Amino acid sequence: MQSTSDEVLIGRIANGDRLAMQVLYARYHVRVFRFVVRLVRDDAVAEDLISEVFLDVWRQAGRFEGRSTVSTWMLAIARFKALSALRRRLDGELDEETASAIEDPADDPGTALEKKDKSTMIRKCLLGLSAEHREIIDLVYYHEKSVGEVAEIVGIPENTVKTRMFYARKRLAELLKAAGIERGWP
Amino acid sequence: MNAISKEPERHEIEALLPWHAAGTLSRRDADRVEQALAGDRELARRYDLVREELAETIHLNETLGAPSARAMEKLFAAIDAEEARAPRRQRQFDLGSRVSEFLSKLTPRTLAWSATAAAAAILLQAAVIAAVMVKEPATPAGPGLASASTEGSFAVVRFAPQATANDITNFLGAYKATLVEGPLNMGGQLYRIRLSETKLPKDEVGKIVRQMQSESKVVGFIAVRE
Repeated sequence: MQSTSDEVLIGRIANGDRLAMQVLYARYHVRVFRFVVRLVRDDAVAEDLISEVFLDVWRQAGRFEGRSTVSTWMLAIARFKALSALRRRLDGELDEETASAIEDPADDPGTALEKKDKSTMIRKCLLGLSAEHREIIDLVYYHEKSVGEVAEIVGIPENTVKTRMFYARKRLAELLKAAGIERGWP
Repeated sequence: MNAISKEPERHEIEALLPWHAAGTLSRRDADRVEQALAGDRELARRYDLVREELAETIHLNETLGAPSARAMEKLFAAIDAEEARAPRRQRQFDLGSRVSEFLSKLTPRTLAWSATAAAAAILLQAAVIAAVMVKEPATPAGPGLASASTEGSFAVVRFAPQATANDITNFLGAYKATLVEGPLNMGGQLYRIRLSETKLPKDEVGKIVRQMQSESKVVGFIAVRE
């Protein structure tokens, strides 16, 4: 059985259909939450933000014109909310958080073991990327967004999307190299 | 060596590898990348790195868990609060303006025909709705329901999907209404409720139904049942 399309759900939500809202929420709340939590790095803040994101969807459904997919539209709203929340935090707090996210493998007692586990190290280094780089990597690899969709969500030209993705991957390679994993690129 | 001879073209193809791995390229671009990968071993090796990153990004995101029920409760509490303050206008208003726009583009002769057709459609729709609403139910009253007598004033109601049994009981109690029949054999989980033991004036019934309609947490649809 084919499920109701996102666009149909949005039409129903525009008419005040709470059930359609519940369906849309069930369909996307986990993905939106994960996108937001990767940006703000705080589960409680991310939970508050996704409530706000879906409340905006409820309020603005009547204005959705279908120029992008519903998921792209929601991720753009989510991104705006997450960045606003980040701006409210102190810069110092953010820097400290970013620094702490990148653990020095040399100081880690489990390093020898982890070095053998390339997958673990890649995931660890993905956590160490800047918010800008984490965002683009997630949008492309996890949220399966095309170049055009990423451009729309992030609000940058398509060529910049490709360049930013290249630099995000380059930074990841540098972090891996620093952790002792040489991939021969770039 | 089969590698792409032009370096700028290779850079362009290489920039597309993440999207190729995620399967989000256009057919044309995907074909270009496939062709390049087939003839360039170094590019193919780099593509393996991309696939590795993709797999670990998915793995990482999948370990992030999901929000608690608190997020959903907060959302729907906010929606309820908004609706209680200012119930939204239905989109039908937009539809109306679109129909007006459409009609304004027609010639007078077409317009006259279209207006007649539209009026006929509205009458037909009203007739269908009326037929649905007055159709006698085939399903007898279920256990626990009040006697389905014909005395009094009635309405048909579809309860909101999120309404709990408790909400419905409280709602009926607040209006001194009783559930007398249902679900009715007209689809959509409709129930007949008695608003009063005695026959009330039409405008009073209409007023009660309008009040009930505003209880969007419990009521999905309600109409007067003659």
